[in-house]
Amino acid sequence: MNKNRRNFLKGTAALGTATLVGFPHIWNKNYSLARAADGKVKVGVLFSLTGTTAIIEESLNKATILAIEEINAAGGINGMQIEAVVEDPASDPATFAEKARKLVMSDKCVSVFGAYTSASRKAVLPVFEKQENLFWYPTLYEGRECSKNVVYTGAVPNQQQDDFIPWLVEKFGKRWYLIGSNYIYPKEENNYCKKLLAELGAEVVAEEYVPLGHSEFSSVINKLKAEKPNVIFSTVVGDSVVALHRQYHAAGLDPATMPMASLTTSENEVAAMGGEAAAGHFTSAPYFMVWDSPENHKFVDAYKKRWGADKVTHFVSEPSYFQVHLFKQAAEKLAGSDITPLGIREALKGQEMIAPQGKVRIEPENQHTWLWPKIGQCQPDGQFKILKQSDNWLEPDPYKAYPHQKCTAEGLKQI
Amino acid sequence: MDIVVSQIMTGLSIASILMLVSLGLAVIYGVTGVINLAHGEFVMLGAYAAWALQTELGLSLLPSLVAIFLILAAVGWLVEVLVIRHLYARPLDTILATWGIGVMAQQAIRLTAGGELRYVQMPESLSASVTVFGATESAYRLFILAVALALFAVTWGIYRYTSFGLKLRAITQNRSVASSFGINASRIYRLTFAYGAGIAGLAGALVSPLKSVSPEMGTTYVVDAFMVVVLGGAQSLMGTLASSGILGELSGYLAFYSNDTIAKALVLLAIVVIIRFRPQGLFTARVRA
Repeated sequence: MNKNRRNFLKGTAALGTATLVGFPHIWNKNYSLARAADGKVKVGVLFSLTGTTAIIEESLNKATILAIEEINAAGGINGMQIEAVVEDPASDPATFAEKARKLVMSDKCVSVFGAYTSASRKAVLPVFEKQENLFWYPTLYEGRECSKNVVYTGAVPNQQQDDFIPWLVEKFGKRWYLIGSNYIYPKEENNYCKKLLAELGAEVVAEEYVPLGHSEFSSVINKLKAEKPNVIFSTVVGDSVVALHRQYHAAGLDPATMPMASLTTSENEVAAMGGEAAAGHFTSAPYFMVWDSPENHKFVDAYKKRWGADKVTHFVSEPSYFQVHLFKQAAEKLAGSDITPLGIREALKGQEMIAPQGKVRIEPENQHTWLWPKIGQCQPDGQFKILKQSDNWLEPDPYKAYPHQKCTAEGLKQI
Repeated sequence: MDIVVSQIMTGLSIASILMLVSLGLAVIYGVTGVINLAHGEFVMLGAYAAWALQTELGLSLLPSLVAIFLILAAVGWLVEVLVIRHLYARPLDTILATWGIGVMAQQAIRLTAGGELRYVQMPESLSASVTVFGATESAYRLFILAVALALFAVTWGIYRYTSFGLKLRAITQNRSVASSFGINASRIYRLTFAYGAGIAGLAGALVSPLKSVSPEMGTTYVVDAFMVVVLGGAQSLMGTLASSGILGELSGYLAFYSNDTIAKALVLLAIVVIIRFRPQGLFTARVRA
């Protein structure tokens, strides 16, 4: 009883603070009572440890846990330890939603870090919006989303393409072949790519989608031989990436004259296709394992020390790592009883930190992240060589392909 | 011109992979009547065997092929002895049982080898490309084509010209009559199952340098294999040869002139239409009912 009253008092206190900064949904009856208590800050960690995407999500889980342990070892958040509640959503969107509800409603976590696929993010979204909690999503994704209850620390299309596309057009030429897996992510990336290519006066000779999991690319390769494009823009994902690269290589095509430019080929996929099939092709991402900065050396060393010397870091595990540190930075600015999901969200706006990839910043308008896109070329040893980093950090604009829409702090605006 | 040659070669290459993965299924289904849903997992285990021999023992793909065939034949033999032979009288249950075996095989691989995509190196000598009638082709794809045809010839030879094949054909026509003439049907079934599994394993090992190796890779192959066998006619080896040829050329052609998504849909549609009018498949063996 006593405890309930204390919670109630804290709740009113939080409501008071919240009113001052002016939350839009303050009278929502589902307003969650998640907050820091008993000298602990509870957070959820929601990455699949079993099922089809477990391999990649396990590395995200590991990066998240590493960051939490680092923060706790350094004294926590104003002396409060972070307590991680780890759940396994088993690569299944319905289970994602169920575990998210548990983390938010019964564990009363003040934030949840998780998800890799867009399908799983879409599945948990209603939970966080209804309960006014905060979800941290580390994966690069297709944009076109503007939720006030998600912090997006991965790249959106404009951040991966704004530097990449003009650079490729200048270096290789104006005839482009777009190929992707048949679902939402490649289509949105291609929408933006086509917009950029049109501005540059380049030509799309073909836009083609293969079924997810497709592994027979010989007809595609014949089309490439017939069309002779200057650049192949590939948003093929998963095991199809491996098949495409290997068959391209076996067919004797040459990356020096017809390179593949990808947004999704990381050190992971390269390991599965072999360096010889990957060498010479390009990837654009804000992070590569070989990036030379003191923060990245520290991250890679700590990661290997904690999880094994053979482990690799990649462009989704890096945001999984730095977003926890951003969380800590925001929570630190609050008094213990103010550490609530919405309190953190307000404190987070405009927060900056030096991440392994460089200095990142949470954009107050759309809760996406300012990032440092880089262009990497794969080498025969399976690592990337970084050819170029953007001159400046790039502002995230999840609606850049849609000039009549803008994601703002007040929600999605039609212009 | 070279595009036409390229496209025909592509069709042949797709066909050869289809035939490799479906030959084992056709043999097992044709002889024992067991609908083996674990077939895709035999293919997957073959690919993992290639990967294991390469990473653990440093063997390259070509010398490992014999070992892979024997390993998978042993797996097939065990599956037959432990599970399938108890279920010959209950065809519906074999579907469930083999599906269960498939799921277990996938999870066993996930637990032992891990779930990440694995890398099998292409043999150095075949990694180049060669020129055939003015078109550039991957040497490795031509090699797969040759192996597929050779395996078909061997299987055909066993069927036609050995006493084992004679017994096989006798059992296929009528098991009880064949048994009453002193043919040990259980032994023939067991060997058939082992042989089919061995060929599936070879298929997995051979496609692994072109595609990716993962615990789930079998699920797509089993669908392809059933497509071929259903279209070709269950008990006809020639049917398997012809239908992989037709499906390979057709899907290559459709994918070239539209795209792979549409090609896949149209090919399946064509199969549905054909088996509506010819449920026994394009080719049928003469069987006395």
